Amino acid sequence: MADIEETELSDKQKNEIAKWFLLNSPVGEIQYVAKDVKAILNDDALYNEAASEAFPLYNKSHMICLGMPGRAGDVLITSFGELNEKEYLEPRTAQVAKIDHIKQVCTGARPALDEELPSAYIEEFRCAVDMEILKYVGEAYPKGICSVYCTNGKDVEGPGSDFELAVVISATRLSPQNFCNGSWRSVWNIEFRDEEQLLELKGKLQVGAHYFEEGNVQLDAKHECKDSSIFQSPDDCAITIASIIRHHETEYLASLQDSYSNLPDTTFKDLRRKLPVTRTLFPWHNTLQFSLTKDITKELGIGK
Amino acid sequence: MEAAMGLMRRIPPKQTETALSALLTLLPHHSSDLLSQVDQPLQVLSDVDHGKDFILCEYNRDADSYRSPWSNKYHPPLEDGALPSLELRKLEVEANDIFAIYRDQYYEGGISSVYMWEDDNEGFVACFLIKKDGSKTGHGRRGYLQEGGWDAIHVIEVGPEEEGVAHYRLTSTVMLSLTTDNESSGTFSLSGSIRRQMDMSLSVAEGHLCNMGRMIEEMESKLRNSLDQVYFGKTKEMVCTLRPPAEVVMRLPDS
Repeated sequence: MADIEETELSDKQKNEIAKWFLLNSPVGEIQYVAKDVKAILNDDALYNEAASEAFPLYNKSHMICLGMPGRAGDVLITSFGELNEKEYLEPRTAQVAKIDHIKQVCTGARPALDEELPSAYIEEFRCAVDMEILKYVGEAYPKGICSVYCTNGKDVEGPGSDFELAVVISATRLSPQNFCNGSWRSVWNIEFRDEEQLLELKGKLQVGAHYFEEGNVQLDAKHECKDSSIFQSPDDCAITIASIIRHHETEYLASLQDSYSNLPDTTFKDLRRKLPVTRTLFPWHNTLQFSLTKDITKELGIGK
Repeated sequence: MEAAMGLMRRIPPKQTETALSALLTLLPHHSSDLLSQVDQPLQVLSDVDHGKDFILCEYNRDADSYRSPWSNKYHPPLEDGALPSLELRKLEVEANDIFAIYRDQYYEGGISSVYMWEDDNEGFVACFLIKKDGSKTGHGRRGYLQEGGWDAIHVIEVGPEEEGVAHYRLTSTVMLSLTTDNESSGTFSLSGSIRRQMDMSLSVAEGHLCNMGRMIEEMESKLRNSLDQVYFGKTKEMVCTLRPPAEVVMRLPDS
């Protein structure tokens, strides 16, 4: 940025700034941010370029859920299901959704091609995990959407090779009329290690919330965890995986609640106390006379 | 300008500085509006002669220099920088001393500065600033916070005295951020900014400082309380809506 003239902002810089704002939009608010960014840039071509670059990134990182036409179900926009910029795989129904990123809608769907899907061997594991996760998400998240993808080794035909699945859970709640939006996102990467007969699980959980009635307050919480288990039949693997995920996510929610309940007496207190050290309101009346400053200091026993 | 303010209401409060500088680059002709309407995290300079830090804001700035409330001198030096009248400076000195004690009582550390200046309608304006770094490495007594900042800006317009009564209009902004980070629960970060106004007509029998101090104390308590109860509470509610904790009670982990 240094070699650009101060007075004239290059289009590239404007594009970078516009993208920065779009990508930093809170959950569910990119369309509002986009409107403001467009008004500020006052240059449609420039705006369109920035939007076309930022929206796909935002949609994938927020793992937004879009309805496919003709009651074909929902599709999660994730990097795991991305076939190309506009096409996303929905593994449960083996559909490929065509996406308009900027409008955040699904414009059409087609059946996935054989080469876009995992082998029958992998599919057995993936399906079993999907079923168990679907059950868990249905119980734990009132508005949760989940998807299980094969992220590595999708063409493995039978025992003897490693492969990886990714479990994605995305729950979003938008309530702009109550000035509040939020989302919970979990990504679990599961390595199926054939030789060691092990499952390695790595979870990344991210929770965000934005409350904006006469103010702007945001929660941003992230957590990573690990676990492992033994390689079993598809059905047994699925039950174990769902139970591990349930366990860690339940614990994480509890730790979030702990963080909240620690606020008033510990964490927040390090910023500002509710009452002074003396536990009484500050004696402003003693400040009447200029000369009293010293007396207050004396009275409070905090003289220098 | 409207769109710019719209963006500031949505961008994560932690990113305020980046957002503001981005807007300033995009909208250079609105820079004075932006600087006066967008509250930004407070900056600090050291008054070497007095061995004390002071807070920088629009109200103690003249050209590129800032006036220290401790020495009444501009940093870097400015020959004809604006100064308050002798009488007002006296009140300013007093306010700085007392407010430093107040700050220490509530914040157990931090930096405060008070600036005053005459306004056009025979009254004056006072700006009370507090900056507290509550992180482990800063002034966090208890060491819970990886990162934690509280910036408070209180601007009070004091009207002319009429029959022993003056009108006070207080506009307060608090910007805060706090992050805890540990192995078992990851990073937990809350950040926010709110602004409120309070109007009062008070007898000046006990002096302006006493009135202003009480208003600020009441306002700070209100703001802290609503951040804690309402704003943080709402984000907690949201988390529990996304994944209701009832599940913990109803279904223990299968294993």
